Amino acid sequence: MDIAKIAETVSAEIIYRAENSSDIDITGAVAADLMSEVMLDTEEGSLIITGLINPQVIRTAEMLDIYAVLFIRGKNIPESIIELAQDRGVTVMRTEATMFEACGKLYSAGIVSGQSA
Amino acid sequence: MAEISSMHIECIIDKDDFNAAGEASSKVKKSLNMLGIPPKTIKRIAVAMYEAEINAFIHGGGGKAVADIYPDRVEVLISDEGKGIADLDLAMQEGYSTAPEEVRMLGFGAGMGLPNIKRNSDELDIDSAPGKGTRVKMKFKLS
Ligand SMILES: Nc1ncnc2c1ncn2[C@@H]1O[C@H](COP(=O)(O)OP(=O)(O)OP(=O)(O)O)[C@@H](O)[C@H]1O
Ligand SMILES: [Mg+2]
Repeated sequence: MDIAKIAETVSAEIIYRAENSSDIDITGAVAADLMSEVMLDTEEGSLIITGLINPQVIRTAEMLDIYAVLFIRGKNIPESIIELAQDRGVTVMRTEATMFEACGKLYSAGIVSGQSA
Repeated sequence: MAEISSMHIECIIDKDDFNAAGEASSKVKKSLNMLGIPPKTIKRIAVAMYEAEINAFIHGGGGKAVADIYPDRVEVLISDEGKGIADLDLAMQEGYSTAPEEVRMLGFGAGMGLPNIKRNSDELDIDSAPGKGTRVKMKFKLS
C-alpha cells in the first residue's frame, strides 16, 4: 500500500513526505508507545503507529529501516521531530483516530503485522 | 602489534540531551552503510547499539560510545559511570525493568532492551556493579 493510500485509510494528514516516499510499498505495521517493543524484530519497510511524541520515534524508525510513521490522536508534532524526519528520510503522518481505530482500519484494508510472532 | 580497525567512531552520550541519544548508533549505521555491509547485518548492529545507548542515557546518566569496524567484525562498547546493575541475570529477563513512569512517558521501560541486545549480537559481555557503572561490550561478525 502506498503512502497516499495509508493516509486515506486513516484520514491522516501527511506532515512531511520524504523524497523516497513514492517508491514505498507498506505491507506491515507495528503499533506501540514503547520504542523497545517496536525494536523487536520489526520488518524493514513497516509502518510505525504510535502515540509517543518525541524524536526517538524517528530514531527507532531509522535503526529499523522504516520509512513511515503515523502519529495518532491528532497530537501536535513538534519541529524537532519533523527536522529529524527530514534528515533521516522518514515520512510523517498524523491522524485524529485513536490507536484502536487506526489499527482496525489499516488491518481491514489488508495491512498485516510487521512483527513475526 | 594491535590490530588496527578500518574505522573508529567515538561519541559522548550527553546526559542532558534526550533528543540526541541514539546519535552514536546513527553514525555507526551510516558508516556501515557506506562500507556496503548487508542491510540485515547493519540492522542487527544498529538495534543492539541503540538499545545500549538508550540504556546508558536513561539508566546510566549518560556515558560514552565507542565502535570499531574491522574487515570481519564490528566491536561496540557503551560505557557509563551510573548506578550500575545489581542483579544482571534479573536485568537480562524479558519484561524486567526498573524504569520509573517518567521514563515510560519517554517511550522506554518495557524491559526488552537487554534481551534484544543479546539476540542481535554475536557476543555480549556486560560488566556492571552497583556504584561502578556499566560497560556493555558487543561483537558482531560481518562475514
Ligand atoms: N546502563 C545501565 N545502568 C544501570 N542500569 C541498567 C543499565 N542498563 C540496564 N539497566 C537495568 O536493567 C534493566 C533492564 O534493562 P532493559 O534495557 O532490558 O530494559 P529497560 O531499559 O528498563 O526498558 P526498555 O529497554 O525495554 O526500554 C533496567 O530497567 C535497569 O534496571
Ligand atoms: Mg533498555
